[in-house]
Amino acid sequence: MIPAPFDYAAPTTVEEALTLLSEHGDDAKVLAGGQSLLPVLRMRLNAPELVVDISRIESLKGITDTGDAVRIGAATTYQEVLDSDLVREHLGLLHTAVEQIADPQIRHRGTVCGALAHADPAGDVGAPVLALDATMEVQSRGVVGPRQVSAADFFVDLFETAVGDGELLTAVTIPKHTGWGSHYEKFVRVSHQWAIIGIAAAVRAEGGVIAEARVGMTNMGAKPLRAPAVEQALAGQPATEEAISEICARAGEGTEPPSDLNGKADYRRHLAGVLTRRAVLAAAGA
Amino acid sequence: MTKISMTVDGVNYQDEVEPRTLLVHYLREQLGKTGTVVGCDTSNCGACTVHLDGRSVKSCNVLAVQADGGEVTTIEGVADGETLSPVQEAFRDCHALQCGYCTPGMIMQATDLLRENPSPDEDYVRQHMEGNLCRCTGYHNIVRAVLQAADAGTGGEQA
Ligand SMILES: Cc1cc2nc3c(=O)[nH]c(=O)nc-3n(C[C@H](O)[C@@H](O)[C@@H](O)COP(=O)(O)OP(=O)(O)OC[C@H]3O[C@@H](n4cnc5c(N)ncnc54)[C@H](O)[C@@H]3O)c2cc1C
Ligand code: FES
Ligand code: FES
Repeated sequence: MIPAPFDYAAPTTVEEALTLLSEHGDDAKVLAGGQSLLPVLRMRLNAPELVVDISRIESLKGITDTGDAVRIGAATTYQEVLDSDLVREHLGLLHTAVEQIADPQIRHRGTVCGALAHADPAGDVGAPVLALDATMEVQSRGVVGPRQVSAADFFVDLFETAVGDGELLTAVTIPKHTGWGSHYEKFVRVSHQWAIIGIAAAVRAEGGVIAEARVGMTNMGAKPLRAPAVEQALAGQPATEEAISEICARAGEGTEPPSDLNGKADYRRHLAGVLTRRAVLAAAGA
Repeated sequence: MTKISMTVDGVNYQDEVEPRTLLVHYLREQLGKTGTVVGCDTSNCGACTVHLDGRSVKSCNVLAVQADGGEVTTIEGVADGETLSPVQEAFRDCHALQCGYCTPGMIMQATDLLRENPSPDEDYVRQHMEGNLCRCTGYHNIVRAVLQAADAGTGGEQA
């Protein structure tokens, strides 16, 4: 299928992009890697008048060390994230989650920020980014410097984030979790499928004891979720199967996951307990 | 209409396209490069895989304007005249195709993965061919062909 006609602009600065976006309001759409936008346009679920391609904006490219965090610009592809030593060393959880997204061809084009802005509840980057306490930079026209939005406030609802019409997500900054063990447990029936649910776990263990744990959940609600009760209960526990299993079994409590062809809400809640156990065990090296 | 310029299989083209034109349609309909095929509507099948600036992409999920200024290699550009690329050769040797519809995409993706990792194991090959579907072969011979091309040691050299 072919998209409805639109005009195309490829600005080279953020200012230019913001001007175009604010002039066209909700008739304009941002294009980063296009791996979600193009399917949407081809199915004619959306027909913008103007598509603003941000992939040629130099200042949005690349991954930088900011000292205690790693900053990933909006025009940075999944593949660049996978190839980054900074990410591998300090953000192991993001690395393992991105490895499991789609296929190589899509990872060569798609961006982490594009996926965050798209906010598909089954998308795999939301949960790790939330679990690692990331901050999003959101830029509006005529304002000096971006507004900093915590991941906890960034995700609003199904396909809805704190990024308003006329705004750009310019980067995501993620605190370093150097030395943490991590694992992303993606549950699918066949390869190359979106997550039925996914569990992102990062654990800092000291001498066989869990010092800190972070757990994020994919597709367990309209937006990525944390499991704060599980995180707190894990702290101070020995990194053994016995201790971890009991705590993790409660991960799905109080959530309202979707019911669809891949599984009912009850089933997803059950899966959350099982997969959180697996993810935390793997992250703790137990 | 938007002016674009790109190198496809070593030849430079300057054209005008509607911004909504998909790269695969530009290649097939405007340049006549029908070696690259369309197998689905959802960007799942990988039949349309080409290389853009050195990496594999699904050309049904990229706009021609996004490739402006870029370098594209299609299945029509991987052989050296009459000499097949090592991956093409291995696909023929291993009987890695039946109807052949998925083959252009399989070969382009296999070439990309071998360039990244010249000596992959079977698991790596399967993981990195995940976005390419074949309705005929059952994949076994495709994986065998990629491993044979890797053993030939030159899998990623051409294309
Ligand atoms: C076959 C297939 C399989 C897939 N499988 C998976 C999977 O298993 N897991 C998974 O997580 N994802 C999967 N995806 C989706 C993919 O990860 C995309 O969601 C991701 O690539 C989006 O990033 P992008 O740069 O391509 O964004 P685009 O498609 O360019 O944009 C997506 C949306 O975000 C907006 N946007 C993009 N960037 C910005 C910005 N900087 N500021 C404001 N708005 C912005 C756009 O306007 C658009 O609405 C799959 C996609 C396909 C086609
Ligand atoms: S035609 Fe492009 S992925 Fe199927
Ligand atoms: S050989 Fe027929 S689809 Fe692969």
